Amino acid sequence: MHELSITRSVVAIVQEHAAGRTVTRVRLEIGALSAVMPDAVRFCFGICAADTPLAGAALEIVEIPGVGTCNDCGAEMSLTARVGRCPDCGSANLRLTGGQELNIKEMEVASCA
Amino acid sequence: MCVTCGCGDTGGAMMTLHEVEHEHEHVHADGTRHTHSHVGGVARVPFRQRVHQAAPVREPALSVPGRDQQTIHLEAQILGKNQLTAERNRGWLSAKNILALNLVSSPGAGKTTLLERTLTDLKAELKISVVEGDQATSNDAERIRATGVPAVQINTGTGCHLDAEMLERALEALQPAPASLLMIENVGNLVCPALFDLGERAKVVIFSVTEGEDKPLKYPHMFRAADVLLLSKTDLLPHLRFDTERAVANALAVNPHLKVFRVSAFSGAGLPQWYGWLKSELAACRGDSAPASA
Repeated sequence: MHELSITRSVVAIVQEHAAGRTVTRVRLEIGALSAVMPDAVRFCFGICAADTPLAGAALEIVEIPGVGTCNDCGAEMSLTARVGRCPDCGSANLRLTGGQELNIKEMEVASCA
Repeated sequence: MCVTCGCGDTGGAMMTLHEVEHEHEHVHADGTRHTHSHVGGVARVPFRQRVHQAAPVREPALSVPGRDQQTIHLEAQILGKNQLTAERNRGWLSAKNILALNLVSSPGAGKTTLLERTLTDLKAELKISVVEGDQATSNDAERIRATGVPAVQINTGTGCHLDAEMLERALEALQPAPASLLMIENVGNLVCPALFDLGERAKVVIFSVTEGEDKPLKYPHMFRAADVLLLSKTDLLPHLRFDTERAVANALAVNPHLKVFRVSAFSGAGLPQWYGWLKSELAACRGDSAPASA
């Protein structure tokens, strides 16, 4: 559900930076633990981009895997969920160090629109 | 699609990140075939916008009419605007020594009932105001106003959460008193409100014993984002097969830092502990205006 407002933000930010030029491509970075589903963003993108300079732009989503560090023993691990236990010491006290990204990396505009 | 020249994708092996040196072949719409490489070394800059002309140095003749592209590196946080407004709200609240709490739960967990009881019990002692968030109706704000506490209702319409800008507007309308308690009742939803910082000092998640013990595991984002857990409707426990210890253990597995209170708005059980925490946080707000989560 929140993907719609997130996609609207993407369109608004890109539109601002496009400054009237046609946008041909947008690249996002979405972390696996960010609570944002890439497929839902893809679905919303076409709708949100319609009637804006982003209409028809290609959407690329780079998915960043989840990574955590154990606060107790310092071990690093890959995480597929926000809940987990340290494979080394069994602690549930984990700090997420990767996979929470929600960024617009870059965009491409037609330079002579 | 290639970042540098804007031509179409020709296969899975193509790299589009400028940080990585690479080489690939393109076939253009007119049948022209050529190979080119991208030199790595475009530094990551922690800045919002960096513009560079995409025309590759070695291939000035590459451009196809109408296909000239320019790549703009944004490195922008999608929720950056909300975050900025949230920080502004936080600063405004902090300057006035207001303790703002963001109450979140699934629909029907008892947020409004618990809030009504809390207001009724504390309004003589503390200055309190309320922001009510719902998709539709002003029923909750009316319930709150009936307790004698000022409240504004925000209807999000199709929106499934409050955002920082909505709170900003609500603060303007409500003008909460300095050194007061501001309760923000978010839209009943355990997913979306976790992502949108409003500028509150803490999120309080309400989890009722009529839900499943595994709710924290099913909705970890919210339980992870919260600072306080109110396990509500505990007066119903004799009628339910709800394992309180397992529910609390699940919540702590998701977030070991959660402060847990077991409460019943109906019987009043556990409320003194919850009120004690509210008062100590409010005192901390008056003495030290830094956010608790910092």
